[in-house]
Amino acid sequence: MAKLRYAEALNRALREEMQRDPLVFLFGEDIGSYGGVFKVTRGLMDEFGAARVRDTPISEQTLTAMAVSAAMAGSRPVLEIMYADFMPLTLDALINQASIYEYIWADQVRMPFVLRTQGGGGAGAGAQHSKSLDSLVAHIPGLKAVAPATPWDAYGLLKSAIRDPGPVIFLEHKLLYNMRDEVPDGEETVPLGRARLVREGTDVSIIASSRMVHESLLAADRLAGEGIAAEVVDLRSLRPLDLDTLLGSVARTHHAVVVNEGWRFCGYAAEVSATLMDHAFDDLDAPVARVTMPDLPIPYSEPLERAVLPGPDEIVAAVRRTVA
Amino acid sequence: MATSAKGAAQRKSGSASQKASASKSRGSKKSPSGPPDLSRDEELTAYREMLLVRRFEEKAGQMYGMGLIGGFCHLYIGQEAVVAGMQMVAKEGDQVITAYRDHGHMLATGMDPKGVMAELTGRRGGYSKGKGGSMHMFSVEKGFYGGHGIVGASVPLGTGLAFANRYRGNDNVSFTYFGDGAANQGQVYESFNIAKLWSLPVVYVIENNKYGMGTSIDRASATTDLSQRGRSFDIPGEQVDGMDVRAVKAIGEKAAKHARDGKGPYILEMLTYRYRGHSMSDPAKYRSRDEVQKMRQERDPIEQSKARLVSDHKVSEDELKEIDKEIRAIVNEAAEFAQTDPEPDPSELWTDVVREREAS
Ligand SMILES: Cc1ncc(C[n+]2csc(CCOP(=O)(O)OP(=O)(O)O)c2C)c(N)n1
Ligand SMILES: [Mg+2]
Repeated sequence: MAKLRYAEALNRALREEMQRDPLVFLFGEDIGSYGGVFKVTRGLMDEFGAARVRDTPISEQTLTAMAVSAAMAGSRPVLEIMYADFMPLTLDALINQASIYEYIWADQVRMPFVLRTQGGGGAGAGAQHSKSLDSLVAHIPGLKAVAPATPWDAYGLLKSAIRDPGPVIFLEHKLLYNMRDEVPDGEETVPLGRARLVREGTDVSIIASSRMVHESLLAADRLAGEGIAAEVVDLRSLRPLDLDTLLGSVARTHHAVVVNEGWRFCGYAAEVSATLMDHAFDDLDAPVARVTMPDLPIPYSEPLERAVLPGPDEIVAAVRRTVA
Repeated sequence: MATSAKGAAQRKSGSASQKASASKSRGSKKSPSGPPDLSRDEELTAYREMLLVRRFEEKAGQMYGMGLIGGFCHLYIGQEAVVAGMQMVAKEGDQVITAYRDHGHMLATGMDPKGVMAELTGRRGGYSKGKGGSMHMFSVEKGFYGGHGIVGASVPLGTGLAFANRYRGNDNVSFTYFGDGAANQGQVYESFNIAKLWSLPVVYVIENNKYGMGTSIDRASATTDLSQRGRSFDIPGEQVDGMDVRAVKAIGEKAAKHARDGKGPYILEMLTYRYRGHSMSDPAKYRSRDEVQKMRQERDPIEQSKARLVSDHKVSEDELKEIDKEIRAIVNEAAEFAQTDPEPDPSELWTDVVREREAS
């Protein structure tokens, strides 16, 4: 099994899917000759040509609507939006178009497009280049949203996303691109809508996605030292939510802490928390706790940015409160 | 409106002459008559301003290399004549707004280099108390409205500043800067339409440095004469040699007057060049070393101004050295401050927040 960086795993998935299906094409800002600002698409323009790997003008609103209609017209676009912070520019196409037409036009349309973007703090990139806007896209019915935490999942989920018959928002994390880990050699995909039990435990379920999975694992290590056995669940898919895995975990531990890098108010963690209350109330021995960004713009200053990003300290504290 | 007939006539003559000047400014950098000369004082002011920006940016680049500045840092080196020339036509109360390549604009509007540099290093004394960083500073006192990281967003925001000027009935102008790459965002054209429709006092300054990140203008734009992007709205536009501060000032004056007189928006396409990569992390492999060298050697705005100071205004080498020394001192002081000023206190996180009752 090869060890690849998260960015390389994504690159391999794109390459293989383009080789497999001539309908798949990529477009986005500086993805071609520049290879993408995070180098995810490096080398693909050379290999597949400028018609299949297209550099675009800076026009996110139009590009997203074009992905919607190009998908309806029978191709399989994969659009890169350079930063999740630019997602607000894409939202009309996602909310008013992508999420609706398959439903109201019934069997006439399919919308197999993927919108890849990356978010997250920790790079000193400031308030307009650091956000995690999971809830913004997971909020929209009709769309799927995935957020891989490892190179393996980055690879396997991207392949599934491209093959999916509907729109998928693919959320990468800028601090994970250099993470190196195992990726399967074969044509293995990771199904959409399935969480992964990353670490087993008996006392509390820490439910996270993307980079927060790694922070949760650090917290679980620390908690083990205090005699608290934490289970860590990596959601992988933000929508649809893998309810079975979540409920199974909570049935074992009776406590849950949801960790998400986005804002708290109306945030993604709030949704998971409410879902657990809906379905697992009888299993829970304590209210579900949330660990999130505070409701603030992300500051540039390094110590201030560190202070707002959820990490092991905040997760450990939330677990202690929950199991106390 | 009473001005509309006159405005239309002006626009006509404007667009006829701009065609000619466009081709001229593309071929040789000087039109036959050349831009009007600056007075000795004006040339000295422009030179100082440009040199301040250059030295400040060089220092910022060094400090980034030393790890004192994090995140993004987009240097303005090469483009100094644009903002220096435009600020010479601005008056009290005018506004300036731009994207993230904003250090030059801030210095030119008179913001304190110490406060700008300290923001780059994320310190308490920075213009945004360390919370903004390189792309996000602001000074209402100096009429600087940011500092925006969303490409294209400065354009409707700048149009809104002009809207407020009109509404309040003052004669101030909004100088709204954006790049060649930003010129392809849809909101630019919505802004153009509204600005013309309501005769808003805005001068759109397109800084065409030939690249949007790694994409050259001809690979991103169906038409590359950006001065003509307002044509279907009947907005006059001109291409300007943005490496020549005299040309910038002369045409800037005309555009600002047009806007101030209630005739509506004006588009200036500044033909300029950035010497460094898009940001500090960009190795700029998409263009040749020769291309950059040629610009630096033949067109450098500061060298051009210096040559005029020496030959036309008989400024001595000693005087120039003195200016250089003064500017280095200002920049060094800013750098020193930016390294010794403390980082923000954690309590600063919760200042200036619209804070609801904390959820449990
Ligand atoms: C809406 C949006 N899309 C993309 C980006 C990423 N990005 C930042 S700068 C840039 C290029 C802009 O080029 P230009 O407008 O020519 O300005 P320059 O950098 O040359 O000053 C891009 C694509 C962004 N910040 N915002
Ligand atoms: Mg540019």
